[in-house]
Amino acid sequence: MYTAGTESFLRQAREIQDDELKKFISRIHSFLQNQDLGSETIDCLQRLLLIVSATKYRRKLDSKFVELLQTVLYLPKSSEQVQTLCAAILRETSPYSDLSLSWDKIQDTRLLSLVFPIMLAQGSKMEDIEAVGQHVVKILEGRLPEGPNARHLLPLLSKVISLAPASLNEDQINLLSKRMVDWLRYASVQQGVPQTSGGFFNPRARQPGPIAEVDGTVATDFFTVLSVGQYYTEDQWLNMQTFSILRKWLLCYGSDGANSPNSDDKSEVDGSIVSMVSVTSSSSRLLPPKERLREKAFEYCQRLIEQCNRRALKKADAELQKACLVEAITIMDIICRQDSSYVYRSLSCLKNLHSRISGDLSYARVLLPIAQFFLNHSETAAVDSEAVYKHLFTKVPAQLFHSPMLAYEFIQFCRHNLPLFAESVSIFHQNTPNIFKFLAWNSPALVAEYMDILPALLGPDTALEIFHLLLDLPCLAAALDVQLRSPQTPLSERTPLDPSSKPTTCQEALRHPEYRGLFQYLLRAELGPGEPGRLAPARQLLGSVATSPRVVQCAESVPVLLQLFFGVVAKFADGSLASKLVLAMLERSDQLYEVPGFKTEVYRVMSSQLPVLCKLHPSLVVELSKPLLEFSGTVTNIQNKEDIFTHVVWAIGEYASVLHDKRCTAEQINKFFEVLEAMLFEITQLRPSATVPKYSPRIIAVLMTALAKLASRSQDLIPRVSLFLSKLRTFVQSPAVVATYNADDAEAILTRATELMNLLKMPSVAQFVLTPSAEVSSPRFHRDTHTSLPLAMKTTSRLLEGGEGRGAGSVPG
Amino acid sequence: MPGAVVLRPRAALAGLPRKDEYSSNGEEASSAAMVHAFIVHTLRSWGRSGDEAPPCRVLYSRVFSPERPEGGGGRDPEKERLAQKERILAVARQVDSVCKLHLQAAGRPTWEPLAPAPEDPSPLQDAPSGAFRLPPGDPFPAAEGERAVLWLGVHSVAFALVCGPQENPLLAECALRSVARSLLDHLHLLGSGSEVLLKADRTEAVLARFLPHGQLLFLNDQFVAGIEREVAAALGK
Repeated sequence: MYTAGTESFLRQAREIQDDELKKFISRIHSFLQNQDLGSETIDCLQRLLLIVSATKYRRKLDSKFVELLQTVLYLPKSSEQVQTLCAAILRETSPYSDLSLSWDKIQDTRLLSLVFPIMLAQGSKMEDIEAVGQHVVKILEGRLPEGPNARHLLPLLSKVISLAPASLNEDQINLLSKRMVDWLRYASVQQGVPQTSGGFFNPRARQPGPIAEVDGTVATDFFTVLSVGQYYTEDQWLNMQTFSILRKWLLCYGSDGANSPNSDDKSEVDGSIVSMVSVTSSSSRLLPPKERLREKAFEYCQRLIEQCNRRALKKADAELQKACLVEAITIMDIICRQDSSYVYRSLSCLKNLHSRISGDLSYARVLLPIAQFFLNHSETAAVDSEAVYKHLFTKVPAQLFHSPMLAYEFIQFCRHNLPLFAESVSIFHQNTPNIFKFLAWNSPALVAEYMDILPALLGPDTALEIFHLLLDLPCLAAALDVQLRSPQTPLSERTPLDPSSKPTTCQEALRHPEYRGLFQYLLRAELGPGEPGRLAPARQLLGSVATSPRVVQCAESVPVLLQLFFGVVAKFADGSLASKLVLAMLERSDQLYEVPGFKTEVYRVMSSQLPVLCKLHPSLVVELSKPLLEFSGTVTNIQNKEDIFTHVVWAIGEYASVLHDKRCTAEQINKFFEVLEAMLFEITQLRPSATVPKYSPRIIAVLMTALAKLASRSQDLIPRVSLFLSKLRTFVQSPAVVATYNADDAEAILTRATELMNLLKMPSVAQFVLTPSAEVSSPRFHRDTHTSLPLAMKTTSRLLEGGEGRGAGSVPG
Repeated sequence: MPGAVVLRPRAALAGLPRKDEYSSNGEEASSAAMVHAFIVHTLRSWGRSGDEAPPCRVLYSRVFSPERPEGGGGRDPEKERLAQKERILAVARQVDSVCKLHLQAAGRPTWEPLAPAPEDPSPLQDAPSGAFRLPPGDPFPAAEGERAVLWLGVHSVAFALVCGPQENPLLAECALRSVARSLLDHLHLLGSGSEVLLKADRTEAVLARFLPHGQLLFLNDQFVAGIEREVAAALGK
């Protein structure tokens, strides 16, 4: 609970003035000097720790005080609490140029463990870190310190290994490998005794019992991290720690060309022909230390997997079982990478494990490392792993899309393996709709990950369906929400719905015979033919969920993915795919889920991508002439989707030309012309009613230009368009328009109309300017190809103005 | 038929379209089973309207492996420290907003300004949690590669672990929960006191045992109980 009091402490700690701090420190100084380590000193040290750590800026302590803190830290009589505080204060205020930690004199491993982080904060050199490593290794090689002090060594070693993996030499690696085998395999199977149990007062203390399994039965085999006792012996603590650092150790030192022969030579080392099924333990004593560790690590993992069969009494242990499975499988994976003779044994073990846990949803996260294992090794062993992938991709997302951790791991798994999937795992692509469920449900957390995944999913044959999937993503989120909330009663027990009545709620619709199919399609696992247009009733039924935060969050992630989609698709789309996509854009612009703000954003992306696709495949304008005519001939499209409309008109004007497609006839150009002319007429018509619906000057200009372009190609149309353009002067000057448009807008319309009119007076120039051939247009002198005309036009326009003299009055003013 | 399985020589393995596993071992190893940082911070009271909610505050942070400036300490330590604290705050802010979006999406009210019932026996039961990835360079230096953040929100406080990407996520989650449970207990985090600030040594003592040097440990219930006994003894209880 964060209270105003806490906030005030934080402020005080941050804002304390230097002189005040000095006074405070000198108070602590005198306490420490007098070796008064009582509660007041502790209280002061705690406050000092807050002061030095709460601010972003470093608070440097004077060197005498630093020295004193160090002295107290090393003082044998200091309590752990005082030592912790001194160490933390030194760590938080480091680095000091004159601080010498003289850690090599430290005998107490716990103290060393406190000092090491200060060394790191001091920015110690690699040599120092390596020296600490050497020191730790020396202790580990010899007789271990008594009691719990041995527990500080392995974590310290692990830290040194991550910072300076080269600090151990080959002999040390071998020696430690041997010791790790002992800790892993030969820890005591009797429980420990409590340290504080004074046998003095209770001489007949209960003899410690045997170690138990997680289900409470007596342990059947060697000790592992899943062995339970009320108290643990020191070697059991080491067992746990060794397993905890085992993966890192194997990765760092497990494989080595120098003295670990590959699997083919191994049979000679063992002096027998190695069976694929089992390398017997007895022969493993003869193995070199690294290989022996591998062998024992493998046995440990096998035992863990077996122990996970047991039903844990404690919930926390059930969770740990899963963590152990993940670790065991990952370690087996590493071992197999280092020695392929383990592959067969591992595969059979993991196949069993898979068939055991695949039905249990609570183990779903364990399926990921199993699949990873099969991805890495099934080819080596020529094992068919399709069933493993199929289960993972079809069942898991559909049932567990709502688990944030699983979603995260699943998607990381996909990201990590994208190169593999692209080559060999078709099931990944096939289950795209399923994989999208994670995104639909957890979009803010996952959208960045899908930026990596989406390109891998896209291909010529999947692009169109994925386009629809993206647009329906918010709708999918809504459907998943309904699905999750609908009671999981089996079909037989449900009250039958009257098929003739229309469902009133989403839940009902989910079960309604007429709509069930729609929901099933929306919630499908695999890519499949279907008509996204059919989904309209489903979108309507889900209308009530459209404003839920989850759906809105999901809708917000669509535009960025859509943008990426087009960027990727543009690279491989052929003419046929491009025209399919443009057609889909036109159709879907009417069929979007009614999420607040969603349409505007989708239209924005669509309209920015339309010219890109048209430019790549100009002939799609001729191919799609019918739908384009229909779209551009609908007035409401100007009102509702002005952006898309503008770009459709531009595309018609730009690409409806025999230059881009031989099939483009004069008749077709005339048709386009008529429709656009009617549109322009419609929106610039002065009605007797007082209000003029305001259309943006941009759309008027684009329509005018498109008409002029078409006319330049079919020159019979020139008189028509010129007449029309001349009428625009009246339009612009009418009082109703003056009241609606501001002067700049009106002027822009007029200027464009005049320019075009002037241009069309010289048809050959007009054609040159408005329909430039490839060699003229390729060195474009202007950037905005959408609405402005080539530079040539401006020049011509100026020439025309000049030629006619000012009398023409083409430009007001 | 087991005997029929023919293992291909390693050369065949090398042909697989996979990242060069052997050369990437070092990278994998340095990120395996290591926690980079642990953070306790506030979650802003998003639900409150009207008065300004205080910004996201880091109540405790511990970096287990300070980023090493390239070239052996050429950088200004003051700047280095500032950058580190800012990176931690950046992570905390991200957790704050991810948590908020998570609760919003779930239709759950973001935390109430009222104190939770102190007798709430299992505040972690329905605590929102999740994970996200930090791409290289944001906020941690690109040279350090990607990082994963695991978070757990308990009323107005969040706990976060910054881990390597190859970390065992289930184990990290177990560790985060154990640490959170222990801190809630030893610092009375759900009460109205300010012990999380004033008794940071308790947090240090808890971390030293549950995450020694950032090492994740496979602690079963009884190991946790053993550690809890030690923590209690160290804190003089």
